[in-house]
Amino acid sequence: MHRFANPGRFQRLAARLLPWLKGLTALAFLAGLYLALLASPPDYQQGETVRIMYVHVPAAWMALFAYLLLGLASASALVWRHPLADVAAAALSPVGAAFTFIALVTGALWGKPMWGTYWVWDARLTSFLLLFFLYLGHMALLGAFDDRSRGQRSAAVLALVGLINLPIIKFSVDWWNTLHQPASVARFDGPSIDPSMLWPLFTMAAAFHLYLLAAVMERMRTQLLAARLRTQRQARFETWQGEPGA
Amino acid sequence: MKRKTLRLYLLVISLALLGIATALVLNAFNRELVFFFSPSDIAAERPAAGRMIRLGGLVEVDSLSKLEDGATVSFRVTDLSSSLDVAFRGVLPDLFREGQGVVVQGAFNESGRFVATEVLAKHDENYLPPEVAKALKASGRWQEGAATMGTDGSEP
Repeated sequence: MHRFANPGRFQRLAARLLPWLKGLTALAFLAGLYLALLASPPDYQQGETVRIMYVHVPAAWMALFAYLLLGLASASALVWRHPLADVAAAALSPVGAAFTFIALVTGALWGKPMWGTYWVWDARLTSFLLLFFLYLGHMALLGAFDDRSRGQRSAAVLALVGLINLPIIKFSVDWWNTLHQPASVARFDGPSIDPSMLWPLFTMAAAFHLYLLAAVMERMRTQLLAARLRTQRQARFETWQGEPGA
Repeated sequence: MKRKTLRLYLLVISLALLGIATALVLNAFNRELVFFFSPSDIAAERPAAGRMIRLGGLVEVDSLSKLEDGATVSFRVTDLSSSLDVAFRGVLPDLFREGQGVVVQGAFNESGRFVATEVLAKHDENYLPPEVAKALKASGRWQEGAATMGTDGSEP
């Protein structure tokens, strides 16, 4: 990992990779949306409403995955003081929050026609709402101190504490009875989704992964540029202060 | 190197302690964290009249009927070992049908009848195109609502 510890090297790598990543993301979304919205069959019970699932499920996966990455970045920032870890953490939380929001909204829109309600306070939905608040808290803490490094450190601690929520979200549907259905894909006896619906879902999931990667890399790149700008300004300000007659 | 290792141990230990603490808390509140009770739970410990609870299970096949007033429906909710009569006046969700999972919110009235104020349909984790569902039913490999419950952790 420390091969990319040098921000300059990361910048060069990101500049080379990003155009490809963005192109791939666009292609994967085109294929995924075609498969999910047009080429896949309706469900025997949900009818066409099942198509919400192709956005809801990958968004929820990405919300969890981004949080896992946020936890890893926070750990390597606190333990190894990796120079890119804080940048990665700050880049991850708004993207993760957006995915969480998408999962919550699409879930509510699916819930109204299927369950008969937009929202219930069952274990899955409540723990997922908590994930959204953890992301918001992370973003708020990052900017809450004049000293940036203090903000980064407290945000990292919050992110690590919040890691405990991930297994709770995942297993909430098994540990307690909930209105939310149990897992359909990641289960011991294989997916309970028909292959004609599973492949569109996997294509959408691939598109979401690519988007997550591209968005986080782009955000890290701009944050590194912003940091360089800040130090340059600081340096100019100091030389200006040092000049006679200023 | 030494300080890094120390920080790593500190992090791992505090996360482990946090995990244990959370597990203990969740375990203590286990009964409050369930979204609904099954008919067996209620048969074992009947709540007082007027106390709001949620009841979850399958709508028993051939139990749905309209009462004389033409607006109230009555059905039985079962977990396949115990079942309970429910009366409900209102709009049923699209997925509501016999053999389907439901969660009803309501309370026992003075005469011991469960009166629901809200009926939610529970969707199971199975996703199938209509033709496949039909083919499964035709070949007799279909288990109606078998996967819908999951209240006792039993796999379908």
